[in-house]
Amino acid sequence: MSLTPELVAKLEREGVSKAVIEQLNEKLASYGKISEDKMEKIVDRVIKSYKRALVEPGENVGVVAAQSVGEPGTQMTLRTFHFVGVKELNVTLGLPRLIEIFDARSKPTTPTMIIPIDKKYSKDRDKAFEIAIKLEELLVDDVVDSSTIDMVNDRIIFELNPNLLRNRGISLEELKEILESRIKSIEVKITGSLKKKDEPIYMEVSSKRELNIQQLNKLKERILKVRLKGIPKIRRTVIRKVELGNGDYEYVIATEGSNLKEVMKVEGIDRRRVYTNDIFEVYRLLGVEAAREVIIREAIRVLEDQGLDVNIRHVMLIADAMTRTGRIKQIGRHGIVGDKSSVLAKAAFELTTKHLYDAAARSAVDNLLGNAENIIAGQPIRSGTGHVKVYLDLLKLLGESEDGGST
Amino acid sequence: MVVREETEYTIKGIKLSILSPDEIRKMSVVAITVPDTYDEEWTPIPFGLMDSRLGTIEPLQSCATCGERMESCPGHFGRIELIRPVLHVGFIKNIYQALQATCVECKRILLKKETIEKLHALIKKYVDRNQPYFANLLINLASKKASKTDICPHCKTQQPKIKFERPFYFYEEGEKGSKLLSPYDIYERFKQIPESDAILLGFIPPSRPEYTILFVLPVPPISIRPSITLETGERSEDDLTHKLGDIVRTNEKLKQSIDSGSPQLIIDEHWNLLQFHVATYIDNEIAGLAQSVHRSGRPLKTLAQRLKGKEGRFRNNLSGKRVNFSTRTVVSPDPFISINEVGIPYEAALKLTIPEAVTAWNIERLRRAVINGTEVHPGANYVIRPDGRQIDLRFVKDRTQLAQQLGPGWIVERHLLDGELVIFNRQPSLHRLSVMAHRIKVLPGKTLRINPMVCPPYNADFDGDEMNLFVPQSPEARAELEEIMTVEKQIQTPRYGGSIIGALHDYITSAFLLTRKGTKLNRFVAAFVMGMGEYKGELKTSGREIFESFLPEIDYENKPMAVFDEDDKLLIIKKGKIIKGVIDHNAIGDQKNKTLISKIYFNYGPSAAAAFLDKTSKMLLGFLDHYGFSIGLDDLHLDESVYKEVDALIAKHFEKVNEYIEKYNRGELEREPGATIEETLEQRIMDELNIARDEAGKLVEKYFSKDNSILITAKTGARGKMLNLFHMTACIGQQALRGKRINRGYENRTLSHFKKGDISPAARGFIKSNYIKGLSPIEFFFHAVSGREGLVDTAVRTSQSGYMQRRLINALLDLHAEYDGTVRDSEGNIIQFRYGEDGVDPSKSYGHDPVDLDGIIKEVLEE
Repeated sequence: MSLTPELVAKLEREGVSKAVIEQLNEKLASYGKISEDKMEKIVDRVIKSYKRALVEPGENVGVVAAQSVGEPGTQMTLRTFHFVGVKELNVTLGLPRLIEIFDARSKPTTPTMIIPIDKKYSKDRDKAFEIAIKLEELLVDDVVDSSTIDMVNDRIIFELNPNLLRNRGISLEELKEILESRIKSIEVKITGSLKKKDEPIYMEVSSKRELNIQQLNKLKERILKVRLKGIPKIRRTVIRKVELGNGDYEYVIATEGSNLKEVMKVEGIDRRRVYTNDIFEVYRLLGVEAAREVIIREAIRVLEDQGLDVNIRHVMLIADAMTRTGRIKQIGRHGIVGDKSSVLAKAAFELTTKHLYDAAARSAVDNLLGNAENIIAGQPIRSGTGHVKVYLDLLKLLGESEDGGST
Repeated sequence: MVVREETEYTIKGIKLSILSPDEIRKMSVVAITVPDTYDEEWTPIPFGLMDSRLGTIEPLQSCATCGERMESCPGHFGRIELIRPVLHVGFIKNIYQALQATCVECKRILLKKETIEKLHALIKKYVDRNQPYFANLLINLASKKASKTDICPHCKTQQPKIKFERPFYFYEEGEKGSKLLSPYDIYERFKQIPESDAILLGFIPPSRPEYTILFVLPVPPISIRPSITLETGERSEDDLTHKLGDIVRTNEKLKQSIDSGSPQLIIDEHWNLLQFHVATYIDNEIAGLAQSVHRSGRPLKTLAQRLKGKEGRFRNNLSGKRVNFSTRTVVSPDPFISINEVGIPYEAALKLTIPEAVTAWNIERLRRAVINGTEVHPGANYVIRPDGRQIDLRFVKDRTQLAQQLGPGWIVERHLLDGELVIFNRQPSLHRLSVMAHRIKVLPGKTLRINPMVCPPYNADFDGDEMNLFVPQSPEARAELEEIMTVEKQIQTPRYGGSIIGALHDYITSAFLLTRKGTKLNRFVAAFVMGMGEYKGELKTSGREIFESFLPEIDYENKPMAVFDEDDKLLIIKKGKIIKGVIDHNAIGDQKNKTLISKIYFNYGPSAAAAFLDKTSKMLLGFLDHYGFSIGLDDLHLDESVYKEVDALIAKHFEKVNEYIEKYNRGELEREPGATIEETLEQRIMDELNIARDEAGKLVEKYFSKDNSILITAKTGARGKMLNLFHMTACIGQQALRGKRINRGYENRTLSHFKKGDISPAARGFIKSNYIKGLSPIEFFFHAVSGREGLVDTAVRTSQSGYMQRRLINALLDLHAEYDGTVRDSEGNIIQFRYGEDGVDPSKSYGHDPVDLDGIIKEVLEE
């Protein structure tokens, strides 16, 4: 059975969240036939239960959120690296990552992406591999075994790794072409062939200009940094099989390094589900709401990975506080706390004297609105039970209405 | 409603600004000119640092200014008239900025007239609206822009570059070379800056730029810097007094040298010294400036140091306050008191009091309390007469007579009574459950007693933990404790919506043994067991029935942790009857989601849940006492043949590891993508060894009987994991250091017992022994290595997570739910339109679901 539109309307009217209504519908479906008045009864009880579960006005949800995320911090491991499904790919998790998220650092220590493949061939491992190879950044450095500078002839000699070239599908001609087009002032000569096994391939690079030894060295570095293939910053890719439940599965590409903008342009991936753990990259490309989502997901993931159970609402509140202004603000003195208008709250946190000096110069007034300020002043705070104010209409008490008449 | 008079004054706001010289003079009662404190007779020297006009710190002495005694005289400021002005170090940056941003000639800010007007209007608007954030942005913008301007837009003068040299020297670098700007020069410039420009520089009236140059220095009252008398009778002055002495002395010397017409060089030297002393008087931790030290070499704690940091005024005294009516001692367990209770020693009960106003209804009780006095328990320590005088009962000769005088208007500070609410706390207070309200129970013994079931929220154990107890002094406080802070109301944790309080250890074991199939008790034992749980009703003899007797009529379903019997795969309770399954940690355990306890909590209320826990736990204890349950070496005994099997198994895996190593040596090992060949080998070995340990575990598991005590505690979730059992009986396995096999120590080897380059399991910290067999010395060492890593890790982690939490709290502490369902900060800014997107409080939800839908549907369908 499922809910009638009237019952759905009733639930909605009473403020029951969509998620709960949906869940109820799903659950009811598995129970077979249910009579109409029982249905009604169920709905009434759900409403009652839901209302009972609502937050009370005045509740200090911020403190509760901070404590709920902070308290399990003591139980987290410090070991920075953790494997994500596949052994080869490391990602910073645990307390350091959580701190990193709340610090709103501009770059994560281990940027990584999860790239699902287009539904059409999401079960095709070879196709996934094909795409992955396309994504992976290949620098000249990656195919070079060794390099030397030939000072007599003013050239640089690279010993190339034939296996890597073959694996990554770069022909010698391509290599030459890319290099010469990228750095105009050089001439590239390659000896050897990919077809012959176990025979070293040498690449000689000479400049059209006269170069001294430092310049040659610089040139060498420049050549090694030339990108032959793939997307910048995507250093490595790993194909991972993800179970979707009910025996269903799909292949996704996990990467080391992140470049959301370029990856999204790649053909054959599921653009809508591409994910990166780089919060600021998401912020710059997709905006603050998407960044908020990443903050939530990343924080929850760290906690879950440690086997810690934290209600998502707490993390959501923290993420919302961080993104409230439309920009990502740090949890700390350069962010949320630093932007508070209360001098006392800021002084009680960090950089006490700086805040006092600044306030004095600006003749700042602290209006004692927040909790920290009122504690400092020795007054009751204005949230929690202090949120309630009782007004007494003296006139009514005397039996007279406001307009003078008696009631 | 509790009627309480509004505190007479409510502080609506606090304004900070810079004192002007005039104000300093106006509030000063004396100009200090003598750098000494007291004469030989310990009387304050007039015009000295301890001048009696600055207030008094001697009891019974009157203040020379206001005539009040020590208790009521707030102290009065004096002043030091500085012969030559000095800069205020706290405002050095502001001074630098103002110098750069204003014109040397016309003293205007280096911005176009229209810009000034526009910015001025905007800044004023934001200041008036009390939005300092935006005002600050504009001020920074203005100053930055003006500092970069070279030619004055007003008088077209070319601006010299201003150079700042730490800690407090400014140079004007014109064509003729660089010229030091004296405080006089700076003052002259600042004085002429018009108000509209000063605002753009960040000086908002009444603060003015020139106030950052000190001509007069306020001398704080003595009560701020009291002198102390050591046991030796020696007097010792406060650091501030010392520093002020330096300033006065230097100031007088400077005056003399000027008056006597000393060379300019000498004068400048004194002037500079004065600047140094005033600077360190304000802040003794200025970068680039030597710290001012005490005779012993200890740096002086001057004004900034008093405010700053964890031990500073703000964090130590203003944000956190110490209180009376509190106590602290060691805690120990008492399973026979309620989770809502705390046992306190008699000695503590004699000191902790509650002020109770005498009324017609309590006068007899209070009279008896007064008669009992301070030494007998339900007594009293003080009586406050209607005129406000406090009488100490220790010194009242005839208490009976005093008791007769009691009447309305009197207040008796009587001892705490059983059942009264107090606040109980264990540090670190990481979440709100670290502070809960308990009802006291005066017990013999000298420790505080708690029910072991409240250990999880406090994270307490009894290895010497101490806890704090506070007695609320007002009816409002007591009402709040009762309504929101009692232990039973904290059963549901806001972190994950499960019950944090629940049965532990023996209770779980007992519940499992009691409710598993076939447990039958004889009538005498059954009567004892049920009696332990205060059960009054029909006597039951089967284990399940006994447990059921303690359940309310409730429906509940769950998967038990322990599955010894196929029938026990699911626990089903209908109308308070166990249909099938066993009770274990998943049903009544602590720190779990969707427990029976949560269900009782929501359906029958907090008190019912607490009563269930109290009674059931005692009953379970009674049962286990009779049933008998212990753990001994026998539980870990395995036949020699099993050990041989384990050895063979591990040897087999070692062999495999060796194969990998040989393969690697021969260069045949395939490299895994994205890893070096060595990393691949290491990974292979680690995988293999993990399999070895797991298989060893699985191997021994078969040989344990179903009645093995450790097996029962592990499988029911009472204590320990299966892994612990395997560690004891099978194989401890790989010891790790930084997530890798142990590989550091000597050159290419961990210990000198191995050959260089040996990467076999044994040489890299694999322990094939178990705790029963014992470890070899080498294994023991590796075990200690990873044990130490754990300790270091914990130490580092606590400080890191502590700071993270402090930041989180400070960032979010003002966020609260409003009546309209939004979440706002203290200024009314909306953070969320609906809390958590659905308005549901996690502590009131059933696990992660706002509503227990399955429960409701089943309940209705079965009606």
